[in-house]
Amino acid sequence: MTVACLKYPFDIKEVLRKRKSIRAELLERPGLAEVKIALLGGSTTSEIRSIAELFLLDAGLRPSFFESEYGKYFEDVVVDDSALRAFAPDIAFVHTTHLNVLHAPRMHDGDDRVEECLKAEMDRFQAIWSRLTGELGCLAIQNNFDLPPVRSLGGLDSTESFGLTHFVMRLNLEFARAARRNPKLVINDIHHLSARLGLDQWFDPDYWFSYKMAVSHAGTVHLAHALAKLVRAAYGKTRKCLVLDLDNTLWGGVIGDDGLNGIKIGKESARGESFNAFQQYCLELNERGVLLAVCSKNESVLAQRGFTHPDSVLKLQHFTAFQANWDPKPDNLEIVAKQINIGLDSLVFVDDNPAERALVSAQLPEVAVPDVGAQVSRFAQYLDREGYFEALRLNRDDAQRAAYYAGNNERAAQVARFADYAEFLASLEMKAEIGAFTPAYLERIAQLTNKTNQFNLTTRRYTLADMEAIAASPEYITLYGRLADRFGDNGLVSVVAGRLHEGKVHIELWLMSCRVLKRNFEFAMRDALVERAVQRGARELVGYYYRTPKNDLVAEHYAKLGFELVSRADDGSSSTWRLDLARPCVPDRTIKEITYA
Amino acid sequence: MPETILGKLQLIFRDVFDDSRLTIGRESNAETVEGWDSLAHINLVSAIEQEFAVRFALGELETLKNVGEMIDLIQSKLTVPA
Repeated sequence: MTVACLKYPFDIKEVLRKRKSIRAELLERPGLAEVKIALLGGSTTSEIRSIAELFLLDAGLRPSFFESEYGKYFEDVVVDDSALRAFAPDIAFVHTTHLNVLHAPRMHDGDDRVEECLKAEMDRFQAIWSRLTGELGCLAIQNNFDLPPVRSLGGLDSTESFGLTHFVMRLNLEFARAARRNPKLVINDIHHLSARLGLDQWFDPDYWFSYKMAVSHAGTVHLAHALAKLVRAAYGKTRKCLVLDLDNTLWGGVIGDDGLNGIKIGKESARGESFNAFQQYCLELNERGVLLAVCSKNESVLAQRGFTHPDSVLKLQHFTAFQANWDPKPDNLEIVAKQINIGLDSLVFVDDNPAERALVSAQLPEVAVPDVGAQVSRFAQYLDREGYFEALRLNRDDAQRAAYYAGNNERAAQVARFADYAEFLASLEMKAEIGAFTPAYLERIAQLTNKTNQFNLTTRRYTLADMEAIAASPEYITLYGRLADRFGDNGLVSVVAGRLHEGKVHIELWLMSCRVLKRNFEFAMRDALVERAVQRGARELVGYYYRTPKNDLVAEHYAKLGFELVSRADDGSSSTWRLDLARPCVPDRTIKEITYA
Repeated sequence: MPETILGKLQLIFRDVFDDSRLTIGRESNAETVEGWDSLAHINLVSAIEQEFAVRFALGELETLKNVGEMIDLIQSKLTVPA
């Protein structure tokens, strides 16, 4: 559960004053994952460091930092990167602002000169990014630019091509273009952040002159949070499902009392319009890949009828799970998580009723429960600011996720119609593609690896750079698996990697998306692994299981696959398994058609 | 005592240095308070500005010798209308 003052809208005074004791308290939490972050500043970074640490610890990440020499964000990367290289960052944050624009056009410069300035500035940053994401192999998080707080040209500063405002806006577009092209470059949008706070709140000239802080103290809290959101996303700590209450959350009034025609939704009133706008925001989240679910105290039939209202932007088909009954909400949230096959820590719960929010927070601390207040007009703002669904980039899988789960519901309906499960599996007409890691899939492979908690034998986390290294290493046998069936393409859903050492393949990574549980796909992956291990001259596969709070599901994974137990810790927290390749197992035939890439 | 400027400063110092027993007096300065480095200084300044709703001008703090002078400076800002 999040420390209160670190929740939007942040108690900035408390965060700044009590940071030492908050830090000490957060460091006590179990299971923190290490992350190495280089702060490369065009201004002071010590305050960002100290506050970002709090947000990261709160997210379960324990950062260690490297700070460039003051203002040496370029030199410490491009000129002499030995210190940075020794630190070997997972993530590098380039904290530059409008104050660091080196090649700003001069007053009355012509267009040709402005283009030269733009190119010179871009070359400088490209050099930084290419070193960070190339040779150093880390994820680069780069600020775009805040707008200049004072403008000698006044309003013309954004009109004239030599105006700094105009120039900075063009640079921001160029930065965005660069980030779309480089999967390891991510933009931290301080253009938005500073606008949201207001430039007068964001930039404090006294703090700049006194302490070389390019962002005010209050602004630093927001900036640190923005940075932490991106780091969180890089480590797969992004939530997946928005669970919504209905009455006075998605429409005004109580459908059970007021009836379909009595609820407030639509353009007739300000209140109705505010519910419309919130539904629209939820729909956009759904379109970008966030799952929607309902958790409401209602008669199910009545609750569903609400979505037949002509002004309801959301329709029943947008929801992956729908729990409307009179049971306690924590119970229903657990059912939602189970139905969708995701952890409670993937849920965000929005309810206008503070008592329900308090109950859920208390009973299910893993669920994110923003204190959205009672004004629906503000709900979207809370979700937006907290950044629960922040992603480093969108991929096709995200866009199709809701469709997969819709397909899952159809599949579930199918199961009931078959005599036995094998018959059902056969009816799915599954097709798989299994192959070694290829560059086109590395992003998805890293993403899946970092967010899969349940069907995950070792729960090791890897950056994109780690994955590249494994894919390129002759020591490794790597496999990805895609699975499609007659209801749709599930995309890339399984990842296996083993290190070949003295005739044994040590399986460091075996995971699968819960979307495709109980499809026998793990057998197809085993068969492919066995085949490739034999080709490489291995005699034995060695499997490892490390228990976490979430992966009990796979405690007997290797037993099911025909491995024999080598050893098991007394408390069951880990086990080792082997498969003798001289006695290969019978290949599984559940998947109709397998293509080996 | 929490109502006096020194009392409020004491609470700020305890928070910033995360030491619930820290006791400061007019004579306290960067040498006598452990951990009072440039970073802690920025935190103190920003906490004081927020607590008392005052702003320090550039250079105003650099000449102060101890907490006593800090109290006098805050006092002068609180009594003079902005």
